[in-house]
Amino acid sequence: MAGRGWMRAALSSRSLVLGAVLTALFVGAAVLSFFWTPHDVAQMNIPGKLQPPSAVHWFGTDHFGRDIFSMVMVGARTSIAVALVAVGIGMALGVPLGLAAAARAGGLLDEVIMRGNDLVFAFPALLIAILITAVFGASALNAIIAIGIFNIPVFARLSRGGALSLWKREYILAARVSGKGAVRISLEHILPNIANLLIVQGTIQFSLGILAEAGLSYVGLGAQPPTPSWGRMLADAQTLIGIAPHIAIFPGLAIVLTVLGLNLMGDGLRDLLDPRLRRARR
Amino acid sequence: MLRYALKRLLSLAISLAVASVVIFVAIEVVPGDPASYMLGINARPDTVAALREELGLNMSPPERYIAWVGGLLQGDFGTSYTYRTPVAEMISERLWVSLPLALFALALSTLIAFPAGIIAATRRGSKWDLGIMGVTQLGIAVPNFWFAMLMVLVFAINLRWFSAGGFPGWEAGLLPGLKALLLPAVSLALPQASILARVMRSALLDTLDEDFIRTARAKGLTRRQVLRRHALRNALIPVLTIIGLQFSFLLAGAIIIENVFFLPGLGRLVFQSISARDLIVVESVVMLLVFAVVVVNFAVDLAYAAVDPRLRRRR
Repeated sequence: MAGRGWMRAALSSRSLVLGAVLTALFVGAAVLSFFWTPHDVAQMNIPGKLQPPSAVHWFGTDHFGRDIFSMVMVGARTSIAVALVAVGIGMALGVPLGLAAAARAGGLLDEVIMRGNDLVFAFPALLIAILITAVFGASALNAIIAIGIFNIPVFARLSRGGALSLWKREYILAARVSGKGAVRISLEHILPNIANLLIVQGTIQFSLGILAEAGLSYVGLGAQPPTPSWGRMLADAQTLIGIAPHIAIFPGLAIVLTVLGLNLMGDGLRDLLDPRLRRARR
Repeated sequence: MLRYALKRLLSLAISLAVASVVIFVAIEVVPGDPASYMLGINARPDTVAALREELGLNMSPPERYIAWVGGLLQGDFGTSYTYRTPVAEMISERLWVSLPLALFALALSTLIAFPAGIIAATRRGSKWDLGIMGVTQLGIAVPNFWFAMLMVLVFAINLRWFSAGGFPGWEAGLLPGLKALLLPAVSLALPQASILARVMRSALLDTLDEDFIRTARAKGLTRRQVLRRHALRNALIPVLTIIGLQFSFLLAGAIIIENVFFLPGLGRLVFQSISARDLIVVESVVMLLVFAVVVVNFAVDLAYAAVDPRLRRRR
């Protein structure tokens, strides 16, 4: 599929279009928040606290009288930045490890890498985050590291699996005969062929990262005040939910819609990029 | 089978050994001097020295590590600095909340996911299938702690059917205890049930496409008989793995949910210990959770091999 045919296929996939629209909405809000928000998120207005949604404050105001719509916009920035960098860490470290393991399949390197992966898997991500924060204190950076570490084995395993099946192909054999080394083959022939897999997994890890970031900042292990983040907004809302439900509802909806958008986009991309799976899934 | 089990047992032991080293280094070596970290910067030097003595910090790190692991193996988890009680006692108390919660959530998740997945797979492409897939897609996207807050809003604050949090203790009776755990368990179970239903559906779809299913139908079995005797049994293998993985996620995920509902479980213990800088408790609880995760995964691997003889031979 190339050019217009690809475009048509993409547009005809309902989940891909819906997912992409939702994702674009929140990425757009995050980018826009750098230049403009309806109100200043740092501005407190105690007399105007806990107002329900209105024409002036679309999502209402929080317990300090801050505009929730603006905070959700800025919060998108935190969530997206943390999740994106965490996926970046996972890919940057996991993919080379997986490629190396596949190139020396069955060897000592392969064994060490895969057992190391198993070990990281054995630690639930939350425990890694807790360990890191117990030692280094809570911050957005530590949340990124905690989520990122967990992403490494995901990408390592995926690229190893994808690469292993490619190494048996004839065109790889041809490349070896022509004198290319394992590193060049991995970079020039294997990597482009597993790129699809990586993109699809990337969107899924991105959405998991957003959920993880929300959870970590909800328990106070992620971004620290005054940086607005969806998880923190929910933590602040918890004791006030009986009086002003809106302050809990909007940040939560933002999380749900972003994650839903990314998941739908991931599903749609998988169908589009891997027609074999599409047939199998039907 | 025995050889396979021994091989897995060896890798289990290695995983635990490496994990314990990582946790020990992270908590006792990286912060420099744990004693002054725990007491804060304003501590008097003689207090720090006394704590150093108590924690055995005058030994070298390898010696301390061996002492720690040796203690763990004998059920001695050290003494909490803030509470002045043995950590093992604190953990076993909290475990009576965290473990039932995880099991309750796992049971709920399985009870929801199995029928949902089976209905979706057997009526592939129908409205039921689409509806179930839509709901599970949403269930995966909802953060469990937010769902928990919404349930508190509806069932505790508005309808007043449940209390918004806290735990009466099992002394108060089985029913009050279960009632206090119901909302937390439902919020933990929702995302897990969504994932499990999807796995169940796709595993069942894969099996239903197999030739032996057609053969079974051809020899005159009804759809229901085929489903029960052949399809479900084969689809169960991937589903079992996910259930095993989920149990460990539920134990760890309970850390957040326990905080929403103010449940006195392991999760709250960890957070209280972090803010009190009680590293000894953090260290032991994290090690215990990792131990639980690794052992559950080991058990799942064995169950797997018992169900499917092919797996034994391949490795």
